[in-house]
Amino acid sequence: MLRFLLRRLAVALLVALTVLTLSFLLTRLSGDLAISIAGPNATQEDVDIIRRAYGLNRPLTQQYLDWLVRAVQGDFGDSFFFKDRVAKLIASRLPITMTLGLVGLAIALVVSLPLGIIAAVRENSWVDRSVMMVALIGQAMPSFWLGLILMVVLGLNLGWLPISGTGGWEYYVMPGIVLAFSAIPSLMRLTRSGMIEALSSDYIRTARAKGLSRLSILVKHGFRNAAIPVVSIAAVQLGFMLGGSIVIESVFAMHGVGYLAWESIGKNDFPVVQAVVLVLALLYIALTLLADMLNAVLDPRLRSA
Amino acid sequence: MSALLEVQGLRVTFGGTAAVRGASLTVNKGETHCLVGESGCGKSVTSLAIMALLAKGGRREADVLSFAGQDIRGLNERQMSRLRGDRMAMIFQEPMTSLNPAYTVGSQMTEVLRRHRGASRVQAVDRAAELLGRVGITAPGLRLGQFPHQLSGGLRQRVMIAMALMCDPELLIADEPTTALDVTVQAQILRLLAGIQKDLGLGILLITHDLGVVARIADRVSVMYAGEVVESAPTAALFADPQHPYTRGLLACVPVPGKVKRGDPLGSIPGVVPRIPPGFRGCAFRDRCAYAHAECAGTIPRRGAGAGHEVLCTLPPGYASRVAA
Repeated sequence: MLRFLLRRLAVALLVALTVLTLSFLLTRLSGDLAISIAGPNATQEDVDIIRRAYGLNRPLTQQYLDWLVRAVQGDFGDSFFFKDRVAKLIASRLPITMTLGLVGLAIALVVSLPLGIIAAVRENSWVDRSVMMVALIGQAMPSFWLGLILMVVLGLNLGWLPISGTGGWEYYVMPGIVLAFSAIPSLMRLTRSGMIEALSSDYIRTARAKGLSRLSILVKHGFRNAAIPVVSIAAVQLGFMLGGSIVIESVFAMHGVGYLAWESIGKNDFPVVQAVVLVLALLYIALTLLADMLNAVLDPRLRSA
Repeated sequence: MSALLEVQGLRVTFGGTAAVRGASLTVNKGETHCLVGESGCGKSVTSLAIMALLAKGGRREADVLSFAGQDIRGLNERQMSRLRGDRMAMIFQEPMTSLNPAYTVGSQMTEVLRRHRGASRVQAVDRAAELLGRVGITAPGLRLGQFPHQLSGGLRQRVMIAMALMCDPELLIADEPTTALDVTVQAQILRLLAGIQKDLGLGILLITHDLGVVARIADRVSVMYAGEVVESAPTAALFADPQHPYTRGLLACVPVPGKVKRGDPLGSIPGVVPRIPPGFRGCAFRDRCAYAHAECAGTIPRRGAGAGHEVLCTLPPGYASRVAA
């Protein structure tokens, strides 16, 4: 168990370092930063001042090491546009994005797990086919479009939920549904196929031969084994949701990290963009690690591997 | 002796294919009944049909299917689940995959007693440890906390047997419990089953294709061919005086030290178990039978051949010696 954890942790750290390096390189490769910060009307003198002020005249390796040391300490420098510490900006926006992602994931799981299990139990029946049809439609629907439809129906016509903005729980419902919709198809398919495999296994026959209740057979013995791939994909989907929040937060005007990124891209505020990309990537790595650990709890064979 | 399990005219179909075509057998209380036959003859399906554990798409019908005097044909899944694991238990051919990889041995054993007897955790753990000891597992306390992948095949099958005994069942169905194990372990498991049967006095229906096993532990043998029980007899009678040409063929396939000379060809039955088309009449063995004649295509009578000895064949007793003469 300890060896498994240490190995996963080492891999996660390596990936994190790669992400740090890439996010540094991407901003430097996209052109001369001093010129883009200075803007189209700046003179050569302005550009030189900016270059010195931001330390962009130093060798690239020195810039990289300096940046790395500070990034590891959580210091991403100052925002050009918001005139504030980048770390502080992100810290203030992150809870909104995280809440949104978790709401989305919760809705997705609540919908997809039972439907996937039902589809597996009633394999090849009309129930199964209609559930899979819904999954197909969900997969084909663009999320911003679904967001607009929900705004019109739930927000304008029925007046049940606020259309946009940041606030109490009711502001998270509609964007949560939209985020969930993109995750539901894959989670449902995986639950279904995992359950079909589990239900045809010998240990399910044993569970039935032991006279266990239907619930115990399906959930305790069946789903426990089907859940292992589902946990991995759920972590990936939550990562997508956090990344995809750039679109959803813009559509619903929620002032989370995604909205911050969207604003910063428009303003050429590269320290913020760089830090948002970095934070989302690190979150993604953390989620994958969490999923690995959850799987080790679910599958005893992984622990001794 | 009274019948614990009575099966008459059991028919199982998967889609259009008949897997069992009117099989009949009786397991008495405290008796070990062996069901033998080649691969694909319907032994396993018969046992699963009795337990109502057929895979999806399997349909079961029977003229009589009673357990301890109760007609179990009409029981629904919920009612059957009350019997299974409690009064009738089953162990399977595949010890490697029959235990759930996600739960400890202890968790899987105790849930049986907790489900059927409402036992407390402590009671169930005590019972599980006691039974692990009973099936010859040393350090039961250690094993209870282990996961299936930490145990060998032989240990897993012992765990399966112990798990089946949790509620002191009246009937134990064992579907080729030793096939997947190596030879030394096979002998241990069989000795164990025989010992348990003697001590606990439960009825065992043992499915096997190994006649050596049958000779050692069966009280009674039923021979199955192409979905039918073609011959049923007390073990001694079957080995001494096999009636059905198929039974004779099976017995000729087993080398007996002292009887079969070194270098003599071992017996075999030409051909394979045929696929039986729907609406098939007559004896399914007739294409492989050296004694087949016109009547074999008609309805086959069930005739007696001594005490408790029945055979499904048109040939008269003693046909073999007469043909040979």
